Amino acid sequence: MSTQGKAYIVGAYEHPTRFAPDKSVTQLHAESALGALRDAGLTLADVDGYFCAGDVPGATPLSMAEYLNLNLRWMDGTELGGCSYMVHVRHAALAIAEGKCSVALITLAGKPKSTGMATGTKPRSLGPERPETPFDLPYQTTITSVYGMLAQRHMYEYGTTAEQMAAVKVAASTHAQYNENALLKKVVSVEDVVNSPIIASPLRRLDCCVITDGGGALVVTSAEIAKKLKRPLVKIIGTGETINTSNGGYLDATSSGAAVTGQMAFKEAGLTVNDIKYASIYDNFTIMVLIQLEDLGFCKKGQSGAFVGEGNLISGKGKLPWNTDGGGLCNNHPNNRGGITKVIEAVRQLRGEAHPSVQVKNCDIALASGPGLVLGVGHAHSTIIMERE
Amino acid sequence: MTTQTMPKTYLDDIFATTYPETLPFWAAAEQKRLLIKSCEACMRAHWYPRVVCPLCGSDKTIWKDASGRGTIYSFSVIERADPPYVIAWVQMEEGPIAITNIVDCDYKTLKIGDQVSVRFQQTPEGRTVPVYTPV
Repeated sequence: MSTQGKAYIVGAYEHPTRFAPDKSVTQLHAESALGALRDAGLTLADVDGYFCAGDVPGATPLSMAEYLNLNLRWMDGTELGGCSYMVHVRHAALAIAEGKCSVALITLAGKPKSTGMATGTKPRSLGPERPETPFDLPYQTTITSVYGMLAQRHMYEYGTTAEQMAAVKVAASTHAQYNENALLKKVVSVEDVVNSPIIASPLRRLDCCVITDGGGALVVTSAEIAKKLKRPLVKIIGTGETINTSNGGYLDATSSGAAVTGQMAFKEAGLTVNDIKYASIYDNFTIMVLIQLEDLGFCKKGQSGAFVGEGNLISGKGKLPWNTDGGGLCNNHPNNRGGITKVIEAVRQLRGEAHPSVQVKNCDIALASGPGLVLGVGHAHSTIIMERE
Repeated sequence: MTTQTMPKTYLDDIFATTYPETLPFWAAAEQKRLLIKSCEACMRAHWYPRVVCPLCGSDKTIWKDASGRGTIYSFSVIERADPPYVIAWVQMEEGPIAITNIVDCDYKTLKIGDQVSVRFQQTPEGRTVPVYTPV
């Protein structure tokens, strides 16, 4: 069954905090849930489907359902890293289309900032239970170094430059200046990025996303319920999900799961890249935006560097307004997971509720896309296309 | 050290012993031999070693000696560490790409495509792992 036109996003809430030492992860989930339900004009009593990933207490839907005293007939604890919440939108749309639930709540929360987590720069610390770990862990791989290898290979194959990658951060910061909740509101230049210290070559500090506490939530529902609510109608018209493996060691580090999920979502929506007025593309590192722009089809392979270098991601100026909230690079990356904020800003754009300085005119079709877990060592990916009805 | 302890081996290492099927790999590495899993059905080698061939789905996988030679597919220098160190993907002569370190090198001159050969280093947990150095 396709997810085309079967479900609507009626609630979207980004928790305003970026630093929450005085709140538990559970509280952040609960506050995000209420925020999204209020936005929709619904209450906890309306929720009959709950979707969450491994960031919930206990890594199962059970504890949050108990805490919020939800009355559920459908739940989904699919854990796929940062893109989990896009996959949840897809799964919720299918469950709603099948009549398995009618009001689906999706929540994310976490507090890596107040707990001092060195997310991208500390060697990964994993137990022996994953089969690849005995062969990866001894090398003191950091998350930034894996994306550094992707960047190095992209530069080698296509002549992509540090200045082109920097243009992604410049676009994000240009947008973030208008977001009162953004962690980094200062507009930066290409020079600022390429002169920031190297974290894992060739990536520099300003090529990396922020670390923030926070949370977010989405409410997905049926056409019948959506049309009774007072919010603009944001219809889910195309979705995709995949896991991009390292293929037994025969990997292509210049491509991502976006090549699969983009095609799935566009096919389901019956649209092409030319129809997209606004794109949220996950920006854990600047290079990741380049790779996905190519895989989604916005640029030919190897041409994303020139595309972003010309300022095409900047709203009001470029061809593809992107991450107008400031993205993970400047605004927010709650619990090191950028998937939900990507959907939330796309919903704002479709409703016409983005900041006036970055709002895309006549924004009727938007895309949200992003990876989960770590590229190159097996990653998940999801793409969602939405339409304002 | 005030107490004498036996040197650790791969058998002390939970990252090796959790996977009994990979013990031949760690035993060989301790003897400075690099093994690779190869498939008798599709005749291709894969990385990391598995019981089921990830390329064709056969369970007819066997250990073979790898040449220990390869080329750098990509790399990243963690310059903020003291001392800096190099994470790399090395494409082994047998085909697959493995994540590893490049050691004993001038990291400022490393390039994608550089030829490397295997060395072995013991981890704090006890097992011995392959690393590579420029040739």
